[in-house]
Amino acid sequence: MNALVVSAIEKSFGPVDVLRGVDLEVHGSEVHAVLGENGAGKSTLMRIVLGLEHADRGTMTVGGKPYAPRNPADARRAGVVMVPQERTLCPHLDVIENIVLGIEPSGPLGVLREKDAVAVATRALALVAGEGRIPIRARAGAMSVADQQLVEIARALAQGGESARVLVLDEPTASLGKSDADRLFERVRALKESGLAVVLVTHFLGDVRDHADRYTVLRDGKVQGSGDPKTAPPEQIVHEMLGRELESVRGEADAAKGGAGYRGEAPGGGAETLLELRTVAGVAKPRAASLTLKRGEILGIAGLVGSGRTELLRAILGLDRVKSGEVVVTAPRGMGLLSEDRGGEGLMLGRSIAENIALSPRGPLFVNPSHTRADGARWISELSVRSSGPDQRVGDLSGGNQQKVQIARLLREDFDVLLVDEPTRGIDVASKAQVLDLLRELAGKGKGIILVSSQLDELVSTCDRIAVLRRGELSASRPATEWDEEKLLLEAAS
Amino acid sequence: MSALASLRTMRRPAWLGPFVALLVVYTIFAIITPEHSFLRSQIFLTMARQSVVLAICALGMTLVIVTGGIDLSTGSLVALTTVVVAKMLKGGSSPVVAVATAVAVATAVGAFVGVCVGRFRLMPFVVTLGTMAVLRGSAIGLASEQKIDCDPRGLDHLLEASLSAPGIWIALALAALVAIVLGYTRFGRHVFAVGSNEAAARLCGIDAGRVKILVYAISSLLAGIAGVMEFSTLTVGDPTDSVGLELDVIAAVVIGGAPLAGGEGSVLGSVFGALLIIVIRTGAVHMGMPSWVQYIVTGVIIFVAVAVDSARRRRTRS
Ligand SMILES: Nc1ncnc2c1ncn2[C@@H]1O[C@H](COP(=O)(O)OP(=O)(O)OP(=O)(O)O)[C@@H](O)[C@H]1O
Ligand SMILES: [Mg+2]
Repeated sequence: MNALVVSAIEKSFGPVDVLRGVDLEVHGSEVHAVLGENGAGKSTLMRIVLGLEHADRGTMTVGGKPYAPRNPADARRAGVVMVPQERTLCPHLDVIENIVLGIEPSGPLGVLREKDAVAVATRALALVAGEGRIPIRARAGAMSVADQQLVEIARALAQGGESARVLVLDEPTASLGKSDADRLFERVRALKESGLAVVLVTHFLGDVRDHADRYTVLRDGKVQGSGDPKTAPPEQIVHEMLGRELESVRGEADAAKGGAGYRGEAPGGGAETLLELRTVAGVAKPRAASLTLKRGEILGIAGLVGSGRTELLRAILGLDRVKSGEVVVTAPRGMGLLSEDRGGEGLMLGRSIAENIALSPRGPLFVNPSHTRADGARWISELSVRSSGPDQRVGDLSGGNQQKVQIARLLREDFDVLLVDEPTRGIDVASKAQVLDLLRELAGKGKGIILVSSQLDELVSTCDRIAVLRRGELSASRPATEWDEEKLLLEAAS
Repeated sequence: MSALASLRTMRRPAWLGPFVALLVVYTIFAIITPEHSFLRSQIFLTMARQSVVLAICALGMTLVIVTGGIDLSTGSLVALTTVVVAKMLKGGSSPVVAVATAVAVATAVGAFVGVCVGRFRLMPFVVTLGTMAVLRGSAIGLASEQKIDCDPRGLDHLLEASLSAPGIWIALALAALVAIVLGYTRFGRHVFAVGSNEAAARLCGIDAGRVKILVYAISSLLAGIAGVMEFSTLTVGDPTDSVGLELDVIAAVVIGGAPLAGGEGSVLGSVFGALLIIVIRTGAVHMGMPSWVQYIVTGVIIFVAVAVDSARRRRTRS
């Protein structure tokens, strides 16, 4: 039976038509992947299903009954729960309090029953994370992004409880390491077998092939195709997503930039050193990191979640305290960081695209708003940010397009050294290729780049050298040609 | 885990700082006053009595600040309440009816503010800035620009510097009640959740608007009760009373460890904060210090409280 049926949903924000008659049928006991470019409207559709937004037109049913949730509480009563794309935990509450939020077990007069809450929460947590993986009394705000993601999934499962029919996961693995992602999909399979309908929004086509039973592609506010990902060739899916071939997209991007060269022309031994680390240790992580970065090269850092990759970048930049060792910066135009925490520290969500891009510690005393806008418009077209213009609030952009705005700011600053933390998180295939090409091109122009990524294929194909971070200790780097994904994974996990 | 280790990793409660500060300041006054007269029970009772209005208002303000809001109308509301009580008593109403009416008016005002903030998503600072002016004006108009004299008909015994005064016990009971609501009920948990991350609260099916309406209504109800206590000390309806009281109340809550950004706060901390302010004030008067010294000392305490609190936060994070 169909668990969730969405028919002819239309939604516009002001003049922008985001959904223009979308139909979607999700069966019980199936994992249904929803695919599409950044800004295709996937998250908007899911927010409508959860009652966080309201469709302008169209109807839905859940389990055959008409379904029109006014808010997430209605959705929960009908058995529909979601893990949204952006992190939504209460940073001041602990893990347990977050998981039972809104469904707190309570007695007369609403007095909380702490024991029951612990039981509900630990049961839900056990479904997504191994024993002791998540400290249940830690405050959510003090946890890593990956751990927060796991807590959110546990929360959705707890909220659905016994009556859950539909679980929506909006890019659940975007910030998870491989082992956490594998465990999550194991759980998804078990949930599916118990009858749940799972809607999976993701940009990882490999995950779709391995774990989804059907897929639906959204583009231009309409359904462009659907089928079985195990039989549909990936080229076809990509074509449905983009409306054109991926290779031609790459070609266009190259042509536009005068054909950036790939791999090769690694910087000679004589290239200027921009940055040197001598056994740098932070407060907890990293514990010992030495590296040199030269002009024109991309140094990749591989490592499992929790190995201290983000902490390493923060220590280099001086955002976290360096306890011992030395960071020697010889780069004349300084260093910039692309944060993995887009909404938290990477962007001013309430301000316009142009203002975000123009944010800079240098620059003139007085700003000319029309220059700022013109500059914003230029970067929007340069990185093909999907938006209604430079004045749009960054918070209203889709996740992937927010990432592009963050990148644009760094490029505008023209730093010599770029510290890039998970640049392709939440970005669609075409933009992903575009961002990586851009990094290569920048290196070609003489920048030094440190690239942290959980996507090992990305590291191998983009970097000149790769070093592996293991529990806070950085190995010596080796040329990327000596690595492949398996070797990296082995090294990182050993 | 050994008991010692678990003790060390335990989060230090937010009220500990203001409690220690209170002890220290009290001890200093006890030492420097001639013949340690600050330790006399009569002074102690005087301070308890003076704390009642401030502490009761701080209870409500704690709820408001935990949701990330602010209420600037407290002082005007207290003054309006004294006027309403006096006017009703003068008109021949029984004390019970007078008090009930005044508290009901205050609660209605809070519900209105709550609807503006919770449903229409207006900024609490601006809404209550407006409310503050409107209420002050209404109080003065209602009292025809003068104090209202009346027979307090027993209400003057509500709050006295005596252990048998019901006012002190009512304040204690209210503090316990609000502490329980905030710490041990679903509603209290939702108050924290809304202040910590409103989007998350909504996603979990919590009606954030409703929570805010209730919080402002409860806060104003408490301000109404504080107004009745204030009337008990004044025994007249004074429309120009308690100007700037809201700033003392906010200071008490902030000293008590609640950041204005919301998501955190404790009733016990706010009560200690209120007591601290009163101890400084009473001590200064007792020592014959000029009033400017009190202002400066109170201000310095606010700085120190915030600095100590942020240091504590940084330590627990790393
Ligand atoms: N509140 C809003 N106001 C204005 N525009 C909005 C709002 N919410 C979404 N949009 C627009 O709707 C479009 C679809 O966004 P949505 O988040 O659904 O995309 P998505 O498919 O999830 O993309 P991604 O893969 O990047 O997450 C975007 O162009 C976005 O700018
Ligand atoms: Mg999205």
